[in-house]
Amino acid sequence: MLFKFLCFGAAGLGAIVLVLLLGKLVLDGLPKLSLEFVKGSLSSRARRTGIWPALMGTAWIMALTGLIAVPIGVAAAVYLEEFTTRKTKVTEFIQLNISNLAGVPSIVYGLLGLAVFVRWTNLGYSVLAGALTMSLLVLPMIIIVTQEAIRAVPKSYRDGSLALGSTQWQSIRYQVLPSATPGILTGVILAISRAIGETAPLIVVGAVAGVVSSPVSPKDRYTVLPMQIFNWAGDARADFHAVAASAILVLMVALLALNSIAIYLRNRTKRA
Amino acid sequence: MPDVPVTPQQSLVAANATRRWGVTGTRRINQSIVRWLTFVCALVSVVTTFGIIYVLLSQSIPFFKTVSPASFFTGSEWRPTPEPGLFGILPLVCGTLVITVGAGLFAVPIGLLSAIFLSEYAHPRIRKILKPALELLAGIPTVVYGYIGLFFVTPLLRHIFPDIQASNALSGAIVVGIMILPLVSSLCEDALSAVPKALREGAYGLGATKMEVTTKIVVPAALSGIMASFILALSRALGETMAVTLAAGSNPVLTLNPTKSIQTMTAYIVQTSQGDAAAGSVRYTSIFAVGITLFAFTMVMNLIAVRLVKRFRQVYS
Repeated sequence: MLFKFLCFGAAGLGAIVLVLLLGKLVLDGLPKLSLEFVKGSLSSRARRTGIWPALMGTAWIMALTGLIAVPIGVAAAVYLEEFTTRKTKVTEFIQLNISNLAGVPSIVYGLLGLAVFVRWTNLGYSVLAGALTMSLLVLPMIIIVTQEAIRAVPKSYRDGSLALGSTQWQSIRYQVLPSATPGILTGVILAISRAIGETAPLIVVGAVAGVVSSPVSPKDRYTVLPMQIFNWAGDARADFHAVAASAILVLMVALLALNSIAIYLRNRTKRA
Repeated sequence: MPDVPVTPQQSLVAANATRRWGVTGTRRINQSIVRWLTFVCALVSVVTTFGIIYVLLSQSIPFFKTVSPASFFTGSEWRPTPEPGLFGILPLVCGTLVITVGAGLFAVPIGLLSAIFLSEYAHPRIRKILKPALELLAGIPTVVYGYIGLFFVTPLLRHIFPDIQASNALSGAIVVGIMILPLVSSLCEDALSAVPKALREGAYGLGATKMEVTTKIVVPAALSGIMASFILALSRALGETMAVTLAAGSNPVLTLNPTKSIQTMTAYIVQTSQGDAAAGSVRYTSIFAVGITLFAFTMVMNLIAVRLVKRFRQVYS
């Protein structure tokens, strides 16, 4: 009996901690939260600052990351699941690589991006360099979820289409991928929303707090919302801490919205 | 590429049409192009792995030309500025391990117990509340945990340790522990629920109580999976960056005192990239030397975890 309660307590702790965390964030952040705060530009004064450029930076980075990583990730998964009929040394090696990459600390991707994208290909501290770095970071995740979604498509779909004379690519293009789309979409949104909160690699490839203008092209410098939060939370002036909390609330609402879209898409496009 | 209709009948017609017009050859060429394209995409992951290894090695070689590897790996003082600086990585490794071990001490027992509760005891209705709570905890960005460490955990700790520093190893370890808790708990739960029902029923048949079945049959049977989850979670804690940079500080001192501010390997990389270290300087290359050390640590842990998981799969599938 005692053991059962111990286990219950441990499991309940997670829920309690969650409530405490959210409570603390709302208490700290709500007073400053307003439409002006979201739409306002960055300022070195806590009372006047907004987060719009950081929000735009995050949107740019994530949109580009999605554009780069999703096609590559889906194609890689298609190769691994559909075009390899039996396990060869090559595919096994690729698969091992993918699962290893998923365990590499995110900051190491930052170092890779710093050397390859920022220096060698001379992209500098640009949105594009940041997005390429983030693409490499989310790629393993996207490949893994896409593989799972493709694996869930019944074999009879492929057989039926092949029996009607389609090539293997046609059966992938018109049968497998459409039925795997809800699963892929959900996985991609979850991967991207994890990347939104990720700051470490972007700091290494040059996101700087206090870039006042929103980026208008992939070559511009940028800041992102988590970067701004990091900076404000570490600021010596105490009135910036509340600003950090408000920015956290905006970030969490954005994440919540993305996750709800993922769930909605999954439910809506689910085939009977 | 012709638009191929979906209904079987139309498909058949389309297939006959293509045969009549003799485009089968083009279709085959298309197919092999696509196959190659997807293969190239799959290779990106291999290129990334080699890219990481190549970049870390090639960028840290200049560093090891000015700072000898012996003094780097055994030196107990880390003072990158002023030039030429002292680069002994032990304080950073120590800081990283304090955080990792501390987070593990918090997350491992609690995660395992909550996994046991969720897989063995929980009423479905309670499970429905507790599991999403843990998942939400896993979805919170790490920088938020840094904020919580600074402004929530440390003030609470100040009641117990009045002279605790604003950034300190203890609050860093606690927030990282909270962060990896969902990972431990969900991976452990998977391991526990993979234990065949027959094992449990056999033990019940011999008159064992629920607790005996859980602690003496289910947990030992799932042990390698449980260990793998611990190692994966700890390797996540090892590479964790934003939360520890905020909560544990940027003060590279060799200490085991958890109330003091310390610096982890990841926090050093962040601190230096934010600064003005010129490309090619010793300080600039030092982040790659630290990076390769961090990479080696996590790789070893991940490989151990993969091996454990493999062994576990062999037993029960």
